[in-house]
Amino acid sequence: MNPHRETMIALAGNPNCGKTTLFNAITGARQHVGNYPGITVEKKEGYCQVNGRHIQLVDLPGTYSLTAYSLEELVARNFLIQDRPSAVINIVDSSNLERNLYLTIQLLELGIPVLVALNMVDMAAARGLAINSEELGRRLRLPVIPTVARTGKGKEALLEAAAQLGQEDAVWEPLHISYGPDIDPVLDTMEAQIRAAAFFTDSLPARWTALKYLEADEEVIRKGKEKNPVLSSKLIELAEQVTQHLQKTLDSYPEAIIADHRYGFIAALLKEGVVKHSHKADRLYLTDQIDRVLTNRFLGPILMMLIIFAAYKFTFTYSKAPVAWLEAGFSALGRFADSSLPPGPLKSLIVSGVIDGVGGVLGFVPLILFMFFAIAFLEDTGYLARVAYMLDRIFRTFGLHGSSVMAYIISGGIAGGCAVPGVLATRTLRSSRERLATLLTAPFMNCGAKVPVFAMLIAAFFSAKQAQVMFLLTILSWAAALLIAKLIRSTILRGPSTPFLLELPPYRMPTFKGLLIHTWERAWQYIRKAGTIILAISIIFWALMSFPALPETEKKIYDEARASILAGGEATQGAGLTARLQAVDSEEAQATLKNSIAGRIGSGLTVITAANGFDWRINVALLSGIAAKEVIISTMGTAYSLGQSRRGEDTPLSNRLAADVSWSPLKAFSLIIFIMLYAPCMATITCIIRESTWKWGLFSFTFNTVTAFIISALVYRGGVWLGLG
Amino acid sequence: MAVVPLRRMTKGQKGIIHRVTASGEIGRRLLDMGLVPGTPFQVQGRAPLKDPVAIRIRSFTLMLRNSESDFIEAEVEEVS
Repeated sequence: MNPHRETMIALAGNPNCGKTTLFNAITGARQHVGNYPGITVEKKEGYCQVNGRHIQLVDLPGTYSLTAYSLEELVARNFLIQDRPSAVINIVDSSNLERNLYLTIQLLELGIPVLVALNMVDMAAARGLAINSEELGRRLRLPVIPTVARTGKGKEALLEAAAQLGQEDAVWEPLHISYGPDIDPVLDTMEAQIRAAAFFTDSLPARWTALKYLEADEEVIRKGKEKNPVLSSKLIELAEQVTQHLQKTLDSYPEAIIADHRYGFIAALLKEGVVKHSHKADRLYLTDQIDRVLTNRFLGPILMMLIIFAAYKFTFTYSKAPVAWLEAGFSALGRFADSSLPPGPLKSLIVSGVIDGVGGVLGFVPLILFMFFAIAFLEDTGYLARVAYMLDRIFRTFGLHGSSVMAYIISGGIAGGCAVPGVLATRTLRSSRERLATLLTAPFMNCGAKVPVFAMLIAAFFSAKQAQVMFLLTILSWAAALLIAKLIRSTILRGPSTPFLLELPPYRMPTFKGLLIHTWERAWQYIRKAGTIILAISIIFWALMSFPALPETEKKIYDEARASILAGGEATQGAGLTARLQAVDSEEAQATLKNSIAGRIGSGLTVITAANGFDWRINVALLSGIAAKEVIISTMGTAYSLGQSRRGEDTPLSNRLAADVSWSPLKAFSLIIFIMLYAPCMATITCIIRESTWKWGLFSFTFNTVTAFIISALVYRGGVWLGLG
Repeated sequence: MAVVPLRRMTKGQKGIIHRVTASGEIGRRLLDMGLVPGTPFQVQGRAPLKDPVAIRIRSFTLMLRNSESDFIEAEVEEVS
């Protein structure tokens, strides 16, 4: 075998077995995160060298089993079958051997060369567990190497053994275990038939395929039907007979018997001389003590609110400064471009399109870094599982999952979050329907960009009760998100909730390195993928709001107005002169906006939005808000010819609206409702697409806008009918 | 010994898995996590809203919803 060729080795193991920590300890920064083709399961690859030999490590998703029920397990299984790595390092939690070895057995039944990393031996020792790894290895007939992933202990020995195993070009030798007198005979019959027909035998052990037929594995049966329908239906019939027999005699079914025997096999494996118990302090004991407080009926929920609030505070407080630096940097860059480029559409494109667009993306990066850090910390310590435990009952009522709360809060469940990291935070949810419903409804929360728009409108129309109205809006956004989640889950995402069955892992202190790697890889994905799309969209928005330019005849009017001010300006004061010139500029900006494609679309939409009380000015502002919600204020400023007002300088607009007779508190409220509910900003849509498919991105754009339109129109029309307008 | 559904067990109570009555995905998940007949376990506690329930089994803690715990029959000491 050519020693220069890369050896591919896969890492497999249960969730919470320290697999990712070990992967990080081995590969360090030399890793690459992608997705398995066509699905959102993360594929992590890393590289390392052992004795001059290049090794490619593939970190498979953490799974308890290798069934076809979940995407993760299917991905792991198909990778092993199709890509046939030279060896699998199976990471096993030493303090939890029985359940962890259940996966090992299934890997061995597949026939793939396996070596076991007996991980967290230090923790097991602290719990009074001594494991004879040599004896275990002898009984399993494979290398068993004790490791401590957190410190990197044992990783060299592990890699050498893996490289050795991978080099041997071993033939796959599947493990045979007995499944008892009811299953074994039929398994033998099926195996013989499969062998005779060479049914998948090029890539799979015959006995394994037979077992999958007995387990009624949908994927294997589907593929079998395509390959050899006659044999496949024969096998199904055999499996059916056993199932009926078991039903009658034992009131059981094949999957149960098979699992039973696997655990029996493990029990026999560990008997006498492999595991030695000495009764010392138990790590679980400490976890139990902590849980007694953290999941207490009364203290638990209070502490949870405090901890979530602290994570939220941490994210938004510490990211404030770097976000401000980036903003300052980009506005400096904008000014530089403004002063050094000749006036014209190119300058406008670079300043308003490219720099503002890229700035918009990069502005989120510190926020994402801090948020992922906070979440990674809560997740890796084991606390996030407790949050799911405590809140599941409430969220399940709305078709969601206990873990949905994190995404909601980050998106602005406590007013002022951001839906971009919120949508990305849904990754901690493992069940697909609940996860989709969460990421589709998280953008209804009042994010930090909607809040200034609300604040401006509240200042104009509800100045007496600002705090109360803001609080009401927070409640309304939660109600909307939960109810719409319920609606989605009982219509397009209808279906039973995915089994909950979560492990409450022991509390652990995560490694700082692990947290940093975790944080960075996700932020980098955002920068790279979202960056390109958002840049393109922001250029489109810039073009919509700048073209077509005002016709020459109209431009001339403004030029003449400016000229006449300047001509008669000698008599007036300097300040008055600038103000008058600015007024003309603002008039021109308003006229340009109204004449632009966006302005025309806005005017055209008044046919529909009359139901909500919106004129072209509001429509064009809402249109621009799809780029980023905070832009609504500046666009409205332009549309009301107040000039380009920057964020934080919205008092003139607020005063202007309050004085406008066409406005009323009812109209302001219907606008607030619309802004709360309508299409997420393009950064969020990009993330929704990244986390699901482009169809869901498109869905969230249309569905949210239609919902916003209907509810806001009902509020407005209802209010008018009640005489509130 | 009496056989009771897991839902009826109280905090701290010990039992032995008698049978898992679910098949399909939920049944398979329970089996994969090691809830096979004859396995001893203990009810660790319930969430503040009484659901889900946490059990200690095979040296780890598993939480499951009450609706899922209905599929599990346990052998317990006679309830007083």
